[in-house]
Amino acid sequence: MKRHLRPYGDTTGDGMVQLSFTLPVPHGPRADGAAQQLANRMGIDPALVVHSHPIGEDFTFFVVYGSVSHIIDMDAVTVVEREYPLLTPGEINTAVKKALRRKLVVVGACIGTDAHTVGIDAILNIKGFAGEKGLEYYRELRVINLGAQVTVPELVKRARAEKADAVLVSQVVTQRDAHILNTQEMSAAFREAMGERKPLLVAGGPRFDPLMAGELGVDRVFGRGTTPGEVASYLVHALTTRKDTVPA
Amino acid sequence: MPLLDLDPEVVATARALAAEAAAPVIDIARAHTTVAVERATLRLAGITGADTTHRAGDVPWVNRVVDTVREHCGLEHGVALPVFHALREHDLGSLTELAEATAAGQITYRLPEGRDATRAAKAARTAVARGLRTVDRNRAQRDRLVAKLGDPPRRPWIYLIVATGDIDEDVVQAANAARAGADIIAVIRSTGQSLLDYVPEGATHHGFAGTYATQENFRIMRAAMDEVSKEVGRYVRVTNYASGLCMPEIAVLAGLQRLDMMLNDSMYGILFRDINPIRTFVDQRFSRQVHARAGIIINTGEDNYLTTADAVDAAHTVTVSQLLNEHFAHEAGLPDELLGLGHAFEINPRVPDSFRMELAHALLARELFPDAPLKWMPPTKHMTGNVFDGYLLDGFFNLAGVLTGQSILLVGMMTEAVVTPFLSDRDLALANVRYVLEAAGNLREDFRPAPDGFIAKRAHQVLGEAVDLLARIVDEGLLEAIGKGTFGLMKRPADGGKGADGVIAKADGYTNPASELLEEGATA
Repeated sequence: MKRHLRPYGDTTGDGMVQLSFTLPVPHGPRADGAAQQLANRMGIDPALVVHSHPIGEDFTFFVVYGSVSHIIDMDAVTVVEREYPLLTPGEINTAVKKALRRKLVVVGACIGTDAHTVGIDAILNIKGFAGEKGLEYYRELRVINLGAQVTVPELVKRARAEKADAVLVSQVVTQRDAHILNTQEMSAAFREAMGERKPLLVAGGPRFDPLMAGELGVDRVFGRGTTPGEVASYLVHALTTRKDTVPA
Repeated sequence: MPLLDLDPEVVATARALAAEAAAPVIDIARAHTTVAVERATLRLAGITGADTTHRAGDVPWVNRVVDTVREHCGLEHGVALPVFHALREHDLGSLTELAEATAAGQITYRLPEGRDATRAAKAARTAVARGLRTVDRNRAQRDRLVAKLGDPPRRPWIYLIVATGDIDEDVVQAANAARAGADIIAVIRSTGQSLLDYVPEGATHHGFAGTYATQENFRIMRAAMDEVSKEVGRYVRVTNYASGLCMPEIAVLAGLQRLDMMLNDSMYGILFRDINPIRTFVDQRFSRQVHARAGIIINTGEDNYLTTADAVDAAHTVTVSQLLNEHFAHEAGLPDELLGLGHAFEINPRVPDSFRMELAHALLARELFPDAPLKWMPPTKHMTGNVFDGYLLDGFFNLAGVLTGQSILLVGMMTEAVVTPFLSDRDLALANVRYVLEAAGNLREDFRPAPDGFIAKRAHQVLGEAVDLLARIVDEGLLEAIGKGTFGLMKRPADGGKGADGVIAKADGYTNPASELLEEGATA
């Protein structure tokens, strides 16, 4: 692989790209000029506005081809690697079967006064989120969704009764840091009640930062836009590697 | 003209089995009421508004009243008698005043007897009949507007979704979509509304991936589309969702605000939202009675099965569900022309002959339900983010729709599963539909699948599998079949799921003027 790259149209180094976009401007020569200018500023020069058509009276859609001047230095490319592989539902089911030889038990809830089950339902309900089915869909996961306004003692009791491998809590309301305090209360309660035998604790919500896991006392934090597949893949990864280090 | 040469005896057997499978469930639905049915009844009787001072946020008055009646004297006799008795006893002018007094703890509800009961029943019937007459007027108004402005000039009708979360923004997008050719505008609901055991109040601006279904939001969208209808010279229909825990109430609100179509499936809530099966069947029956009265076309949700199960292996479960939905709908008074039975183009495009199979399935639905306005749903499961593949697939979906004479076509977006559609995505999607309609809209005249060819054989096979499955469902019971994961792979036991505590067995002497007026078709 070469270190310095430009996009490939039909000749090495030609830098050719295509893009499409809409501008809030009536269709006409001035609109095409505006599109060309935008493309130029994106580093495309020359930029060919190969197509434009009106969308209603106030908008114009463009297709632009052109050569970008930017050069990519592959040595300067850094990516944040997920610490676990993203698995398909089939792979997850197989991994659970192999590692646990029983179903993996997930207990989920919205804790405290928070009544917003949107997050936990998106992850757990079969309906799912972003085109992915929720955890209920996975044959080898047994999902117990306790719903909204579950108290911490209730959650601990139920997690113990169900022999939960993982507990998922969702927090949407952030007034007076309720999401942080609730989650800390939850993790403290599990530590006190179950010590090292506590289930894997996972917190999720649109205002959580994945870097907050330590502060919250949980194993993993998921932020906005997390899909069920990511959560399921994480659970399998965390529980199977946990098993490796602490033989049953 | 029928192209598949379906055996009328097999078709009759399928329908008879569906009726047999549904019968015990209908008996259960008749023998129970739910908190949502009782709330819907009071909404027809005119209760509106919410308790804005409650610490849990805006609690609709109707929830306050029904919950309090339940606490005081139970709901097994229905909410109508205790409520209208209390109204008279305390000499209050309206149900809203009664609700305020209820919240203040001033009302003790009890079941009236003798002449008190007769008087309360009469007052309740008068109030509910007034609500139903509004529904009737809306239906007549729709008929007038369609007569004046006209239906879309061709089939299929073009169905587009808006989902911004903010009703004001929805109106802008819907108006643009209608001007660009959409015949039907559906406002997707906020994620999670299915599981709310109340209907939010007022205009809303902060939904999650959709906009809350509220009476005021319904009114705003219908009013805006009435304006656009005049402008584009055809009646633009408005769609929302009668599903989840508030199915009956939302059906009432749709009737009161002249919505034109409602998503309403007999099993969707059970399978995909884990709502209690009995709750769902009771709520579904009442909501469909209301839709029948309002002249609202229902859209059923068979497309959803194919997003969880495999679209080839599970094709017959779609047919089974369509037959069950048809039977439940007929029983609730909906005629064929209001049955928007659903199905979808969800076969993996990498499967050989996938398009021929899609044609077989779509044609089977068309010929099994010749008079139903079938709703044809676009690919979602195999949309990958490669928008170029997606655009091609949507083109084939459109072609299958016109070739097999589908009635309502939900426009597929190439950005499905990527982003909420851009303005340009909708525009390109409509261009795709227009091209196919203009280039191949009449191709149906020339389309004659070979009598013993792949398409005909596949359709016969799916129908045969559907009959076998229906026979098994009759043997073991529909509720047991649902419990075992027959549909969409979800296992839902009859005593599980959300909202189960809102189901109440009716006592002798149960009174519900809404059910009476709906069953009788009476106006007073």
